[in-house]
Amino acid sequence: MDLTTLTWIFVGGTFAIYFGIAIYAKASTTSEFYAAGRGIHPVANGMATAADWMSAASFISMAGLIAFMGYDASLFLMGWTGGYVLLALLLAPYLRKFGKFTVPEFIGDRFYSQAARIVAVVCLIIMSVTYVIGQMKGVGVAFSRFLEVPYDIGLYIGMAIVFVYAVLGGMKGITYTQIAQYIVLIFAYTIPAIFISMALTGHVLPQIGLFSETTASGTPLLSKLNTTISDLGFPDYTSQKTTTLNLILYTLSLMIGTAGLPHVIIRFFTVPRVRDARSSAGWALVFIAILYTTAPAVGAMARLNLVDTIQTGPVGTEQSNLAYDARPQWFKDWEKTGLLKWDDKNNDGLVQYYNDMSADFQAKAESMGWKGNEMTVDRDIMVLANPQIAGLPNWVIALVAAGGLAAALSTAAGLLLAISSSISHDLLKGVFTRGISERGELLAARIAMTGTILVAGYLGLHPPGFAAEVVALAFGLAASSIFPAIMLGIFDKRANDKGAIAGMLVGIITTIVYIFWFKGWFFIPGTNMAPNLPDNWLFGIAPEAFGAIGAILNFAVAYAVSRATQAPPEHIQHLVEDIRVPRGAGIATSH
Amino acid sequence: MASEEKTGDKYWRANMRLVAILMIVWGLVSFGFGILLRPLLDTIPIGGVGLGFWFAQQGSIYVFMILIFVYAWRMNRLDRDFNVDEI
Repeated sequence: MDLTTLTWIFVGGTFAIYFGIAIYAKASTTSEFYAAGRGIHPVANGMATAADWMSAASFISMAGLIAFMGYDASLFLMGWTGGYVLLALLLAPYLRKFGKFTVPEFIGDRFYSQAARIVAVVCLIIMSVTYVIGQMKGVGVAFSRFLEVPYDIGLYIGMAIVFVYAVLGGMKGITYTQIAQYIVLIFAYTIPAIFISMALTGHVLPQIGLFSETTASGTPLLSKLNTTISDLGFPDYTSQKTTTLNLILYTLSLMIGTAGLPHVIIRFFTVPRVRDARSSAGWALVFIAILYTTAPAVGAMARLNLVDTIQTGPVGTEQSNLAYDARPQWFKDWEKTGLLKWDDKNNDGLVQYYNDMSADFQAKAESMGWKGNEMTVDRDIMVLANPQIAGLPNWVIALVAAGGLAAALSTAAGLLLAISSSISHDLLKGVFTRGISERGELLAARIAMTGTILVAGYLGLHPPGFAAEVVALAFGLAASSIFPAIMLGIFDKRANDKGAIAGMLVGIITTIVYIFWFKGWFFIPGTNMAPNLPDNWLFGIAPEAFGAIGAILNFAVAYAVSRATQAPPEHIQHLVEDIRVPRGAGIATSH
Repeated sequence: MASEEKTGDKYWRANMRLVAILMIVWGLVSFGFGILLRPLLDTIPIGGVGLGFWFAQQGSIYVFMILIFVYAWRMNRLDRDFNVDEI
């Protein structure tokens, strides 16, 4: 069977499952729409959280980032998993005990302030909308590359699917779909990795294969990769390239940002008890770790396979470079997408891939008649092209397509729910029409969801040029605003409204200004105040790594202002005491 | 009433102690073993690189998982000991 037919079968089959779930899991109350009726088993919620969290970026882009960054990419691996420890130990159980529906609702109630609630809603909408654009793009790209459907048609199909289960089922429908999507995406990710690990090292588990000898050379895979790429002028794969301070702050920013992402936090509102929220975070990390511990192996092995394909023999010897006419099929396929480009700079018909930025390698390259690097490889193709590079059967490639779509759709749905519930529950019910009935709110939630899907679709069709940049903004905002506000709300009984608002504003403003300073005001090219280069950064801190500093400033300001102003009223202090003990979570459920 | 409040404080202190210990381990395996102490740990070779690299790309993640389950297990016991568990 040809690849396109197989891909249609896999993608169509998974979509049929999502449809079936939508019909089965219809939400009939606001509690079901916002929190799946709080009846989700902790292991099931862990699985749904893993799919909710692992986006198109985790599935498609992360291994490619690792392949080209090597050791430095550890900041993604540790940052995006270490955040779950913060979430489990510092936030999730207490927010579950609080027993409401949205993150701004907690901030508004705990700090007895509509202003605090609105600041939180604004942060939530900015970070979630920017995030959802990436998912919509992922859906469109997956359709156009694997199914040869135009980008916009692919996007409409994706929107229609999400519409059916998110509008009908709310969190209930999304939860069951995310579980199915997790299963699809994890098989799609690990099966090619297992095949590749077996081929290169003979080990079934990629996690073991990464630290084993390659069967062809007998030397350890990572040593071989180091010598292979340093022979071409690239820095060692396993060496640290950025400063230690930057590495630490970047990792910390991703950790804090992860714990502060509202679409992840609200997943923990769906379990029955506080103790379930604790263990569920552990299960979520187990399911996430299956992909996150596989990714470094995929990255390293893909880089080695890529270089070995092009540089077929020792550098500088006769016929050691791939002849363009003899290029493999995957090379041709990806050239068509424009994500893989070859430019024969020295007109020898051979492909040269090396680091032409390296001054040390310059002389050697010239002596061989090389006139610059001829290959441009988009790092996103590493995961998608991997099965083909390794010569795996067509059904594996079809599975990867379904997996990429599952990753994008599951995250999109979680984000859409976070946005629409903050509109219908926080803005509409919380601020504008306080007396709205249960049925009225459920209808409003469905309308908000529909509107959000349309806006997300529009932005996916007309993505702002800065879409890739804003992911840094989303994590920076989550780290510098939401996380400190929630944490102080739980752990500092003395924290008051003025402290929380001042802290959030200082955290957000410093973080945004620092990002815009180097990336341009509102990401408009040319408006940046200084070139985005390590020499210009404050103490060498990258804009993406600044969220941790914003969080520290938020904590410091909130602490100081709270103590300089009036203590919170007594009923708020009782509220804090109440959320600190698990007993009574069942009562809080049925409010 | 006074004794009840005292129990609540004790429970919260025990909780904070547990969280502090787990957070130290959390920082040690990631920022410590994976980044700051990497030169030291890399003297122990593993698969062509050192143990520090292994912690940065594998080990820290495994430890994170264990930390959350240890937290859940200890907290559930703490809840029962202080009689604040969910009925």
